[in-house]
Amino acid sequence: MQLATESKLFCGCSTEFGAAPNTQICPVCLGMPGALPVMNRKAFELSLRTAAAINCQLARFTKWDRKQYYYPDLPKGYQISQFDLPFSHDGWLEISDPKGKFEPKRVGIIRAHLEEDAGKSMHDERAGVADSQIDLNRTGTPLLEIVSQPDMRSPAEAKAFLSELKLLLTYLGVSDCNMQEGSLRVDGNINLHIDTPDGKVATPIVEIKNMNSFRAVERALAYEAERLYEVWQETGQKLGDVPKQTRGWDDAANVTRGQRHKEESSDYRYFPDPDLAPVTVTDAQVEQVLASLGELPATLRTRLETEFGLSPYDSDVLVNQGRALVDYFLHVASATGDGKLASNWLQQDVLRMLNERNWDIAAFPVTAPALVVLLKKVQAGELITSRAREVLQAMIDTGRSADEVMREKGIEQVDESELVALCQELVAANPKVAEDFKAGKMQAIGSLVGQAKKKNPNVNPGRVRELLIEALGKL
Amino acid sequence: MSLTELSAAELLQQLRSGEVSATDAAQACLARIDQVNERVNAMIRVDHAKVLADAGKVDEKRAAGKSIGALAGLPVVVKDLLCTQGEPTTCGSRMLRNFSPPYDATAVAKLRAADGVILGKANLDEFAMGGSTESSIFGPTRNPWDTTRVAGGSSGGSAAAIAASLAPLAIGTDTGGSIRQPAGLCGITGLKPTYGRISRYGLIAFASSLDQIGPMAHSAEDCALLLEVLAGHDPRDATSVDRPVPKYRELLNTSLKGLKLGVVKEHFGEGLNEEVAAAVEQAIDAYRSLGAEIRDVALPHGKYGVATYYVIAPSEASSNLARYDGVHYGYRADEGQLLAELDAERKQLLAAGNKRAAEHLDTALVRMYRKSRSEGFGPEVKRRIMLGTYALSAGYYDAYYVKALKVRRLIRQDFDRAFEQVDLIVGPVTPSTAFKIGEKTNDPLAMYREDLYTVTANLAGIAGIAFPCGQSKSGLPIGVQLQSPPFQEETLLRAAHQFQQATDWHQRRPKL
Amino acid sequence: MGLTRQDVEKVALLARLRLSAEELDALTEQLSKVVGYVEQLGELDTEGVAPMAHAVEVTNVFRDDAVQPSLAREQALASAPHHDGACFLVPAVLGD
Repeated sequence: MQLATESKLFCGCSTEFGAAPNTQICPVCLGMPGALPVMNRKAFELSLRTAAAINCQLARFTKWDRKQYYYPDLPKGYQISQFDLPFSHDGWLEISDPKGKFEPKRVGIIRAHLEEDAGKSMHDERAGVADSQIDLNRTGTPLLEIVSQPDMRSPAEAKAFLSELKLLLTYLGVSDCNMQEGSLRVDGNINLHIDTPDGKVATPIVEIKNMNSFRAVERALAYEAERLYEVWQETGQKLGDVPKQTRGWDDAANVTRGQRHKEESSDYRYFPDPDLAPVTVTDAQVEQVLASLGELPATLRTRLETEFGLSPYDSDVLVNQGRALVDYFLHVASATGDGKLASNWLQQDVLRMLNERNWDIAAFPVTAPALVVLLKKVQAGELITSRAREVLQAMIDTGRSADEVMREKGIEQVDESELVALCQELVAANPKVAEDFKAGKMQAIGSLVGQAKKKNPNVNPGRVRELLIEALGKL
Repeated sequence: MSLTELSAAELLQQLRSGEVSATDAAQACLARIDQVNERVNAMIRVDHAKVLADAGKVDEKRAAGKSIGALAGLPVVVKDLLCTQGEPTTCGSRMLRNFSPPYDATAVAKLRAADGVILGKANLDEFAMGGSTESSIFGPTRNPWDTTRVAGGSSGGSAAAIAASLAPLAIGTDTGGSIRQPAGLCGITGLKPTYGRISRYGLIAFASSLDQIGPMAHSAEDCALLLEVLAGHDPRDATSVDRPVPKYRELLNTSLKGLKLGVVKEHFGEGLNEEVAAAVEQAIDAYRSLGAEIRDVALPHGKYGVATYYVIAPSEASSNLARYDGVHYGYRADEGQLLAELDAERKQLLAAGNKRAAEHLDTALVRMYRKSRSEGFGPEVKRRIMLGTYALSAGYYDAYYVKALKVRRLIRQDFDRAFEQVDLIVGPVTPSTAFKIGEKTNDPLAMYREDLYTVTANLAGIAGIAFPCGQSKSGLPIGVQLQSPPFQEETLLRAAHQFQQATDWHQRRPKL
Repeated sequence: MGLTRQDVEKVALLARLRLSAEELDALTEQLSKVVGYVEQLGELDTEGVAPMAHAVEVTNVFRDDAVQPSLAREQALASAPHHDGACFLVPAVLGD
């Protein structure tokens, strides 16, 4: 994933997306003779944060190596990456599915390392255009490569892993994680373990590239799993029989395709980059990084469940919306003292509106304190839920406070004595209903409740029903 | 006396006093170049108009009463391995023959900021790979003392320019001896600073952990002047060291009494030319007379220096030169021609029924890389790229590259231990005097083994200086080398300077 | 341990060089010689010796995350052997 720095990993060129080709390059990222790289401090700091958040060990000594191969979008003829001493290793990320598609589990992280990106090569398919175009704007952008353990057992788990990772990265603010813009890229490695009469057999591994969304990842893995099974049935090839294959996902055709056979196996000839100084990290620095992470999704989910009594499903929904919405919820839940109430309102009313109007929570016209005022009235019985919804809509549309809206609409709590009087009135005016009720037809009350509401929309139907029963009972 | 016969220090004095203008100095050097360069081929490119314009600007500055930099209009020759903005920087190679960098090397920028006037780009071994300046596409540089002989390399052009009095100051580079060896063979003074002393930004890389820029001139005093200007930390070079730059010129005259010089017995073994050995011994005697104490020291792993160097340097070079692929700059092979060739090859293979080979034929892109590089690079460069690629490749990396890095540490530890006993190490800089042009080009290994006295300083990262201490019977210069612990350039310069105060080898000039 | 002609051909491809038959022969011989020479390093016991990849032991050299001016596009493309004013051009990069 691309780290959210202003400038590139080894030079001061901007990393802004969407610039005209070759307008964000300099002698360093262009690999001109004599140019030298110098490490971007912020990129390293963001890397440490990220690795700490996925529970990795942070190496106290790390260095950069040259990964050598030839490609027109790699101007130096090598990529500065990390080989044997990456800055972090051995972490994990917990995944779960609120809908229960799979059991909660930990996915191991083998390593996360920091490297520079290559440029872009574009091929124009127009007839007669035999050349490829190279745009080096992206060359030198800082990338964090995270490699997971082969712990995932289904495309759903893979998707959950990616979603959780993306959510985490968003909470940390270390990357835009936008697959469309290329700030998050995914390569998947898949094989099958097949039960045979002779024991479990592993098939050769396939690496899938060119998946441009989480959905594509899920679909590609599902497709490939099936294709691998067919290949297994045809060839019986086991892991180790043939080299790892690389295939590209074609989203339009919904298939993977084998990529051109390379004329030589990749010998990257890694060696330590003599132009870059190694980096040492102290215990104190590691402690500081851990302390500064803030509450991350996993912690927040647990907190919502234990402190506020939310279901895993509900806490998941809220946490997935991002820190800002969680903060909104926390305020409302704490101030009203009712997490479930807050959660319902947030999901059913607030989120619905945000989606409808394509707002994020920062743009929502009703602040958390303003919503609290409204919900407290509901809690106090001053306002019934349906009326409260009306009020909220008006608050959204006009920007006014709950009190102002209620005043305008003439919504007010109906006095208990008024209710009693009203109920007595209704009972007296509807002798047939009284008879039916006495005869055991409880549902007869419904019409009286309806009449009460018509007479005064502000009545609390529940309380009216209670009072009616009392009144009828006295007859 | 012609201005070109003056040392840099002398010329500087006259420039500062106003006796001589920067334009005068430039004109004198240009005239000398016109007169003599053809015979020595020290210079690749001299832009007369630009030189005079640059000199004129310095004179204008002085006339306007503005403060003048430390070099005050001194002409300086720059090895064509350092980037000079907007001017061709060729590295002596077809690969970069038409390349003009859009930026100055930091060392060049510092030179300009100090009001040095760049006289032109000096010849070199292609991409600094060589010890004789015979591999440049611009032809060999000839030793001004005997133009049938090499000037040494890879900074042969810079060395010859000084020796032939084309300029009072030159910038060279040293990866395995490329300043010190030509200095020794041309009878001039050349200093390789400690690694990290001078920024490598804009120095076209040969072997990144070994390359260093350094001054070359007639004397230690002149080298000190240039070193003061070039040295210093550069945020654009992560390997440059953040240490203050001493005023080297002010430290030249401190007495040598009590200075401990180490001598390595193995340096004087077989393979060292007798005359060279004798001259170096004489130099050691001279140091005794100056009050220095001579001691034996051991550098037990020194004999593995050449082997260690010739694994590490080509390995790094093979990586540093991977960028020369004809894609973004530099030489690209004729595309029409290569496509036609591929087509013909494919047809031939198919006609012979060899479908598999036809399928595995280079793609146009790969063929473009291969042809551009093969046509762009000369044989020595290709040889070292091949050697380095091999040493780094899977299966050989541990046995060669990593092993060499370990021996490198042993070599460094030898120096550390020796420098606990002595302040400097004194010894030969080359095993013989200048050899004939063409004499060694057929035996690469023999050529490599000539570097035995110089490579270890680069491997260890320490500093070394070479200066003349005698002449062979046939009148060829003989040099001596001093090596110091890291960041002791002031001791090297002081020791060389005082030797030069007591002797006159450095004042001799070839008859051209 | 000498290099075979095949070894040299493989290395040539890795190095993106194309050698004539004569060059291949000459290089096979020369490289074998040099490699044979450097093998003397194997004589030394380097157990426990840390490899020295840098000449000076510096660590933690960073720069601030600040944007600096890039090259003007014309400048960046000025040295390109083949370009179309916006991009560098190379023979088609197809397939991968």
